[in-house]
Amino acid sequence: MIHSIFTQLLQTLLIVGLAPLLVGWVNQCRAWLQNKSGAGVLQPYRVLHKLFNKDAVLADGASPLFRLAPYVQFGCMALVGTIVPVLATDLPFAAAADVIALVGLFALARLFAALAAMDVGTAFGSMGARREMLVACLAEPALLMVFFTPSLIAQSTSLPTIVETLAHREFVLYPSLAFAAIAFYMVSLAENARIPVDNPTTHLELTMIHEAMILEYSARHLALIEWASAIKLMNYSVIGISLFLPWGIVEAEGWLLIPVALAALFAKLLAGGAALALLETLSAKMRIFRAPEFLGTAFLLAVLGMLIRLALEK
Amino acid sequence: MELIILLGVPLAAGLLLALYGHKERAAELNAVMSFLTFVAAAFLTARVIRDGPMMVWEENFFIDSFNVFLVALTAFVGFTTSLFSRPYMRNEHHAGKLNPARLRLYHSMFQLFMFTMLLALLTNNMGILWVAMEAATLTTVLLVSLYRTPASLEAAWKYFILCGVGIAQALFGTILLYFAAERVIGGGGTSLLWTHLNDVKGQLEPTVLSLAFVFLLVGYGTKVGLAPLHNWLPDAHAEGPTPVSAVLSGLLLNVALYAVVRAKVLVDGALQTHFAGNLMMGFGLFSVVVGAFFLSRQKDVKRLFGYSSIEHMGIVTFAFGMGGPIANFAALLHMTVHSLTKSAIFFTVGHAAQKTGTQLIANIRGLADTNPAIGWGLMLGSLAILGMPPFGVFASEFLILTTAMHEHPWATPFLLVSLGVAFAAVFSRVQEMVFGETTAKRLPHSPALIPVFIHLGLVLMLGLYIPPYLADWYRQAAALIG
Amino acid sequence: MTPTFAGQLINLLAALLLLIAFAMLSQRRVLSLIYLFAWQGFVLVLSTTLVAYSTGQHHLYYSAALTLILKVFALPWILHRLIIRLNIKWDVETLINIPTTMLLGIVLVIFAFNLALPISQLASTVTKNTLGIAMACVLLAFLMMITRRKAVPQVIGFLAIENGLFFAATSATYGMPMVVEFGVALDVLVGTFIFGIFFFQIRETFDSLDIHHLEKLKED
Repeated sequence: MIHSIFTQLLQTLLIVGLAPLLVGWVNQCRAWLQNKSGAGVLQPYRVLHKLFNKDAVLADGASPLFRLAPYVQFGCMALVGTIVPVLATDLPFAAAADVIALVGLFALARLFAALAAMDVGTAFGSMGARREMLVACLAEPALLMVFFTPSLIAQSTSLPTIVETLAHREFVLYPSLAFAAIAFYMVSLAENARIPVDNPTTHLELTMIHEAMILEYSARHLALIEWASAIKLMNYSVIGISLFLPWGIVEAEGWLLIPVALAALFAKLLAGGAALALLETLSAKMRIFRAPEFLGTAFLLAVLGMLIRLALEK
Repeated sequence: MELIILLGVPLAAGLLLALYGHKERAAELNAVMSFLTFVAAAFLTARVIRDGPMMVWEENFFIDSFNVFLVALTAFVGFTTSLFSRPYMRNEHHAGKLNPARLRLYHSMFQLFMFTMLLALLTNNMGILWVAMEAATLTTVLLVSLYRTPASLEAAWKYFILCGVGIAQALFGTILLYFAAERVIGGGGTSLLWTHLNDVKGQLEPTVLSLAFVFLLVGYGTKVGLAPLHNWLPDAHAEGPTPVSAVLSGLLLNVALYAVVRAKVLVDGALQTHFAGNLMMGFGLFSVVVGAFFLSRQKDVKRLFGYSSIEHMGIVTFAFGMGGPIANFAALLHMTVHSLTKSAIFFTVGHAAQKTGTQLIANIRGLADTNPAIGWGLMLGSLAILGMPPFGVFASEFLILTTAMHEHPWATPFLLVSLGVAFAAVFSRVQEMVFGETTAKRLPHSPALIPVFIHLGLVLMLGLYIPPYLADWYRQAAALIG
Repeated sequence: MTPTFAGQLINLLAALLLLIAFAMLSQRRVLSLIYLFAWQGFVLVLSTTLVAYSTGQHHLYYSAALTLILKVFALPWILHRLIIRLNIKWDVETLINIPTTMLLGIVLVIFAFNLALPISQLASTVTKNTLGIAMACVLLAFLMMITRRKAVPQVIGFLAIENGLFFAATSATYGMPMVVEFGVALDVLVGTFIFGIFFFQIRETFDSLDIHHLEKLKED
């Protein structure tokens, strides 16, 4: 019991604490790939530190919701990071890690972000909220479809059960999972505002989606939002890892293997971050009107994966 | 021996004419080769009547009274069409519509087409049947597009795409058939042989076979011209050279229907229900209605008779669908008389169109004045195809109608109304074309009208008197189909 | 290689075939369509070889070789030459927009799977589950054929239907008898040549390969 509480604590701290590091790693890799020297992997921490030390400025007419939203977003993301089985499958909170609940938590965070963006009443905020919702209403069904394929394999929508099923049974080739993995990758690019759907570093008003929503924020609020989006990237990474590359995650009563699990996790995250940077370097951002097609493809792949699961792998 | 000649002659002729088809005497060579094929078919028929069904070449070819009757009919109509096409194609050449290269293509493809049809009829292998049908499609596509006019290209393209897709369905049906057979007979080359399938048809898996039949019916039904898959048929008939229209209507549709009926025999045996028959009745009746009602909207004389073919193939399909000795007998008889009459009609229509230089009904007038033989040939042929006594079509339609009244009374009103509509539509148009002010001119090569009157004479004979051996033969075939 | 693992690999290849079928459906460029067609043929060759190896059905090696020559090299090469000769590269126009086509495609896949279910339950082959995918490929190619406006994509759709049927034959029965397969291959080859001749004729006559021009023959 004490072990599992300890592991749970470790995991939460790991996710929340190391999320900016992952962002820094991705940025650094991208800089290297583009023959730049880069700001170093610790740069996101410096940014957060700077923002937390500033005085917050609020727009005139901002309602309490505007101030509440960053905390909700941060809370949702931290909660997701707590319940996803990253190191082990039988953590105290893991029982709550139902894939549909996860989608719900992501939706809740996004809802607050969009509401807050419209709250101040600036043009950019509303535009960003609208675009974000456009992306979301296509990405969420796709994400659900992605989750259904592993759920069908494991006969459960509980993430720990899925991980146990996939990681610890005899090795089987699942074509359906390959489809789901590609679809998941596409959806997470869209959800995390990465290229080719959105550009996290842009400030061109015609193209930005996520950045347009947070233009009015400053100081600690902005810091929380930035941190939350870093955790979001981390969350998507660990969910992807636990669904499609679950080897190394410790099963019940395997406390001694926690260091192995940690090492495996770091290796996977490093590789995944580098891959993301590579993809972002190679591809160009697409026009916003092509985003529905991109997400439509992801949805199609997810549905195909599910159908193949139903028809082929009996 | 007859079989080698029967298949070898058209194949050799196809290759030979591919080299010499543009020479002066190619049309005569074409006719002679067709005649040889016909003689071989006649001998084969005589032998089958004498000795009963036979299997040749390690069971790869199977001849029973059902297909030998179609073989004889095919070879005969092929022969008469080659006689007709001799002056017809010369006239076309004279009119500058064709150059020697096209003429060579025409002669070669005509013979290869005959080869594929005979192969489809004679083979015992359901897979080879499919291959032969597809090859028949390919040869006729080239024939339909012979004039290279925009309209003929369009017709050929439509024909190609629609029949290509249709025939792909039939291939899937064949795969399913093989799948069902493999479970009973085992794998390898013999389990698609129709005779083997027929021996074990009671043990074939009913679900698979019913699905297979649906695909086969849709696939080959496209080639039969069953509505709603008939779109290619009027175009191909109207835009190709007239001898091709004659063999399409008179022969290809029969052969495609033959494939469907062969499949039906198997499915009936496996299912022990009337599933296949019901499907065929439905498609058949729908085609009759569609064919008849579209007839009244036609302005092009060859399209008119194309739709008439749809209607008649519908009748035959319906009759085979009803099943039983009388309906099958009537269906076989109707196949025969329809082939003979329709090809005769196309012969006259072809010459009429050449004389007037148009296929539009409104511009063809006064055939009886300028060339009584063509005019009266068309008139008599139309009367025959409309089911007027004493022609053979009357006899077969009468049999089909009485059987339908007896067994499926709900269908008779549809049939009767359609036949009535068809009569009104065709007769009024033919009357205008045959009588009235003339627009025709003299042709440089005098038309061959002997085939027309041979065909009509045969149809007349079949209406008045069916020779006992022929009746016997039909009865045997009808019993085979079950 | 254990039979189950071979079966899983075949399943994977089947899934890949389905993916290629969808990719063809969504493709906008003719040239890529031809490459996709060649890839589909190649996956077909791989899966046929795998079935042959894992079941000891030697005649399937010949089918695989035939497919390799015909569908991976010969037909794409012919089509490629045609495209170059006719100088068309950017020539796919659809009647329905692509996302709608995709949704229709999903519906067709579901339909195909349901249709194949009773049959695949009866089959004894290791590949029986892939029958649904084969049917789906056939239907998707069919969909592509009817939603495309130009002649070349229609023909590729036609050939892709044949690919699907070939896969169906392999997965349900370990292939048709050899004579039949040779006949089918011959027909396909001759058909492609005729299509090629047609392209030139259509273009000569209409100055374009748009099937749109071929809609004059209608009932008045």
